Amino acid sequence: MRLVVSAHKQLGRFRFHADCDLTGHRVGLFGPSGSGKSTLMHLIAGLLKPDHGSIRLDDTVLFDSRLGINLPPEQRRIGVVFQHAHLFPHLSVRRNLLYGWRRTPEPQRHIEPEAIIEALHLGHLLDRGVNLLSGGERQRVALGRAVLTCPRLILMDEPLTGLDEELKFQIMPYLNSVFSRFDIPLLFISHSLLEMRLMTEQVLVMEQGETKRQTSAEELAQAAWAAPRQGYVNLLKLGRPEPLGDLWSYQWGEARLILTEHAEHRENVFELDARDILLFKRHPEATSARNLLPCTVRKLFTVGNRVRVELQCGSRQLIVQIVPESMRELGLEEGREVVAVIKASSFRRLI
Amino acid sequence: MFWLQPADFDAIRLSFKVACAATLLATPLGIGVAYLLVHTRIPGKSLIEGIVNLPLVLPPVVIGYLLLVLFGRRGWIGSWLLEYDIQVIFTLTGAIVASAVVGFPLLVRSIRLGMESVDPAYRQVARTLGASGWDAFFTVTLPLSGKAVFAGMTLMFARSLGEFGATIILAGNIPGVTQTIPLAIYEYTSSPGGDRMALSLCLVSIALSFMVLLVSGAAGKTLDRR
Repeated sequence: MRLVVSAHKQLGRFRFHADCDLTGHRVGLFGPSGSGKSTLMHLIAGLLKPDHGSIRLDDTVLFDSRLGINLPPEQRRIGVVFQHAHLFPHLSVRRNLLYGWRRTPEPQRHIEPEAIIEALHLGHLLDRGVNLLSGGERQRVALGRAVLTCPRLILMDEPLTGLDEELKFQIMPYLNSVFSRFDIPLLFISHSLLEMRLMTEQVLVMEQGETKRQTSAEELAQAAWAAPRQGYVNLLKLGRPEPLGDLWSYQWGEARLILTEHAEHRENVFELDARDILLFKRHPEATSARNLLPCTVRKLFTVGNRVRVELQCGSRQLIVQIVPESMRELGLEEGREVVAVIKASSFRRLI
Repeated sequence: MFWLQPADFDAIRLSFKVACAATLLATPLGIGVAYLLVHTRIPGKSLIEGIVNLPLVLPPVVIGYLLLVLFGRRGWIGSWLLEYDIQVIFTLTGAIVASAVVGFPLLVRSIRLGMESVDPAYRQVARTLGASGWDAFFTVTLPLSGKAVFAGMTLMFARSLGEFGATIILAGNIPGVTQTIPLAIYEYTSSPGGDRMALSLCLVSIALSFMVLLVSGAAGKTLDRR
């Protein structure tokens, strides 16, 4: 997908200006609330008209003030999932799902309702009214409804905000599976850094109504670390576990990690706080921690009384946060070998 | 109901006819006007609103007189209708027109409130799902304001059952043709010895109004449950 936006809009005293050229399959739109993320989404979807400028998606001009083009939303073929699912309360789950599908011209219907119902596990909900659904179910129906229009792009406006932590991570695998299985580009809007890192590859940062810069989700998380009182969590993708006594062993790159938590999927995402990792100069002979990883220091970065240490563990990277005093005592410098020690219980399963 | 005269049954039947016809004819128009007032940005919106609401505050007799002027043989509309051989004054059509005009503001108000309370996001969602503006209106906004439309229709129906002032001026008080329940009661009370018969028609009127309330309450609940 390639989305080129150059648009200006005045909303009362709020000035919105976007100038960006996004290419990619999973793009994030990141910024604090009030930064204009939703405005940009409405402009792209055609629910709001820019004062002037142009918006194009791949080779279709969606809006161009000079050429006098403004495609109505129903002709843009852009799906939208809103923060509050906005399921039609007078229709059943089934009819909600099929609302857009029925309005999609036959040649463009390349996604079958059965496939999406199965992928999102909606089969048992079809004949229910939508008022009795839980928050997570509502978002799944809203996503299914948007995907069934077989859109060229799906915009998701803070779809996970308002769901509790546990539910959020229950829904993400559904999102991931739908977007990879049906191969639909995604523009994901959120103010949560963690969601950005889990859902997107590239991120467009917005501040005060303006598009600022494009970066990767990972770089964004590392840059955010420099701000006071911001931490960093490592996100580790681990494979299927094997039992090891009463613990579980996971493959991570060339190394094996020992965790207390079990996960049943083929690919699982765990978070590991950068502060929960200890560094040793040499291999400690015995320790209560179960994971001892020999690593090389790649980079050191100090802000105030915190030091960010980037480690290379085989093919994988790990970020550790320590204090400057420790750095001096350990004699840390780039290229130095250290041992990272992690307790089996420090990992928390997200997905 | 042994105390009711055959003429009274005529009046009851006519009342129903007038109220049903007035409500059914006014509803599509009421939906249209409410749509204009809620969803469009046309100039002179407040003027339209004023004209629609005027019958609510004007004495019905004044409305009746204005309608008589309009629909009379030499009136703007009346002379035009005469070319098609349609006469409004002193006919059943006149009674229906009078009821429709008087009840219209109640209908529009109710539908309008209902439409305004529908979250515009639903329409936007429908548009992004491929529905055109009209499609979204008919499949989302209108069904979601269905309860308000029904409430407006009930109000209008009840108002039409009791319409007197405008009807008597535009349609007259002709037994069997334009004499609805209120007009029949009026005639009984103004003739000697008619008190008893007036009272029995009053009871019928109370029963009818109560039935309308019950039906609207029950239907409102069914709509809620959906």
